[in-house]
Amino acid sequence: MAEPLLQVRDLRTYFTTHEGVVRAVDGVNFTIHKGEKFGVVGESGCGKSVCALSVMRLIERPAGEVVTGEILFHGVDLLGLTEEEMRFVRGGQIAMIFQDPMTALNPVYTIGNQLMETIMLHQRVGKNEAFDIAVQGLDDVHIPNAKQRMGDFPHQLSGGMRQRVMIAMALSCNPDLLIADEPTTALDVTTQAQILELMHELTEGRDTAVMLITHDLGVVAGFCDRIQVMYAGRLVETGTADEVFFEGKHPYTAGLLGSMTRMDEVRTERLFSIRGAPPSLINPPRGCRFRPRCDFADPEVCKKTPRLRELSQDHYVACHFAPNLDLRRVRKVEKEPAA
Amino acid sequence: MNKKRDQISVEANGHRELPPNVLLRVHHLVKHFPITKGIFWRKQVGAVQAVSDISFDVRRGETLGLVGESGCGKSTTARCVLRLLQPTSGEVLYRGEGITEDANAPTEIVDIASANKEVLRLLRRDMQIVFQDPFASLNPRMTVAAIVAEPLVVHGIGNRSDRVDRVKELLQVVGLNPEHTNRYPHEFSGGQRQRIGVARALALNPSFMVLDEPVSALDVSIQAQVLNLMEDLQTEFGLTYLFIAHDLSVVRHMADRVAVMYLGKIAELADRDTLYERPMHPYSHALLSAVPIPDPEVERRRRRILLEGDIPSPVNPPSGCRFHTRCPLAQAPGVCSEEVPELREIEPEHWVACHFPEVKKII
Repeated sequence: MAEPLLQVRDLRTYFTTHEGVVRAVDGVNFTIHKGEKFGVVGESGCGKSVCALSVMRLIERPAGEVVTGEILFHGVDLLGLTEEEMRFVRGGQIAMIFQDPMTALNPVYTIGNQLMETIMLHQRVGKNEAFDIAVQGLDDVHIPNAKQRMGDFPHQLSGGMRQRVMIAMALSCNPDLLIADEPTTALDVTTQAQILELMHELTEGRDTAVMLITHDLGVVAGFCDRIQVMYAGRLVETGTADEVFFEGKHPYTAGLLGSMTRMDEVRTERLFSIRGAPPSLINPPRGCRFRPRCDFADPEVCKKTPRLRELSQDHYVACHFAPNLDLRRVRKVEKEPAA
Repeated sequence: MNKKRDQISVEANGHRELPPNVLLRVHHLVKHFPITKGIFWRKQVGAVQAVSDISFDVRRGETLGLVGESGCGKSTTARCVLRLLQPTSGEVLYRGEGITEDANAPTEIVDIASANKEVLRLLRRDMQIVFQDPFASLNPRMTVAAIVAEPLVVHGIGNRSDRVDRVKELLQVVGLNPEHTNRYPHEFSGGQRQRIGVARALALNPSFMVLDEPVSALDVSIQAQVLNLMEDLQTEFGLTYLFIAHDLSVVRHMADRVAVMYLGKIAELADRDTLYERPMHPYSHALLSAVPIPDPEVERRRRRILLEGDIPSPVNPPSGCRFHTRCPLAQAPGVCSEEVPELREIEPEHWVACHFPEVKKII
């Protein structure tokens, strides 16, 4: 395996609210290697976005705080950097694109202006040179008439175009890691296919690692090498895409796959559904957080927090009974036997 | 040519007929939203052609899926069908049965697009809608009991205690705790709120329901619960659904027949398996190939058909076939940019609006 680029160790990010402390991320470990496409999946409120914001040190204080943990990027702990040093990491070495490009772009500046600002901050180049780099960037994301479009304001572009501008901006400084937080959720399927293809093309050429955060298992299946499944602020399962999809050992992973409708599949009787709803993170269930919704839970054993256990190299599961559960009833994705 | 046909259908309005298995017929439906200029002398300078001349049938007891990308007019169509919007022209014929207890109830086929208020009011008992956003479609100041009972109050059905019983029954039907009648919407999760919306829609025992993106705002594990609920209700109460969604995998699971819309027109209409397995319109090809499938092995094998550019503006749609500007098969200049393709029945039950249709296996 390539060398590790980002190592997150025991990350805990809490938010203080009127009702109590929300443990949005509660003890998460993961590693992203150089040039790897890493997917983080989970339902809303599972802490996947907070993970990304913690890495970028964008957690707003004093409401939220990274309580403990280490975020090693190229071996340097980002949590120990000053705000000034962090400014050069952000955008320069780690770039981020967001779900809604309209709110991520400033409506009162032209897109050229915003692109050049990033380039001039990180690359020490003059205005003219920055202009050329920006035009090249827009060209790379296949925006036609890049030079003319530099003077456009964000509202003059369609959703797909705006997301292309965001990608151009994020990649303008050749970052080592691109964090994409639901980059295609707000887009239509045909546009989503265009954007994913573009992200694939651009990051492959530059050997940029991608951390793709999404709730859509279909998107990660096509895009990612390795996947991590999160539930209620904790890691549930992590492994290569094939391991998670075909040999997933956690009841939640299996349930999630089982409850998805698939376009290439004729309707079976009913969809499998996970009962109940995700727990509140102010007062989460003791022990295994999936326990109240799990069909396999044992009232005694599951009161203890399951450790992340290694099943094979790269494949880790946080379940007391893994890998001995029979999940066939739940899981729909089966690997076809090798012919 | 189209004008001529419209006239004929208007003339034939005197006695309207529908095949016995058809519950609702949309006939040459058009909806334009005017664009105006000026403050004192508002003059119309253009129109957003949200829906331009579409026709389809909804059969009794089936689920018709209406799919397409944002801005293709699928929600506008649904709202015109319920006359939440006044159609610019066209007919929406509905078989007004099941509401005959009332003396002056329409017993025969009614044109919703031109029905008067009184008739409309009676019809609305029979047709209901579930909206996409369960956070916006429930009044935050009303209790669950008041929300679910409101249709009963509006239509003057039952007395207070009857309604309390009916609300409890409805909550039970949609899988909520009937003890929770005095709670407010904010005390429920997204999936539960959507169930409240469904209970409200069921209150009047409708026979036809429009489901406008009912699960798009929900998480995957909750989506499955709500989809299962809708299927159960359809079986139990013999409901007919018009199911609107942009998620083609959900539609494959729910619908019996599927209509694909593009820029205010129907591109293709066929029964579910035909549409997914043997699509003929190039837009259906592109749409189906863009949908991700949660299976890494399948994804590695697939080849995507990527469309160029964005959807054109419905204010100024392309001439001829509306898809010709992005179509990989289009011959422009030529017939595609000049002639509007009619929705033709190319094989039994398989309607395609394309000059050069071809079967392509996408999945």
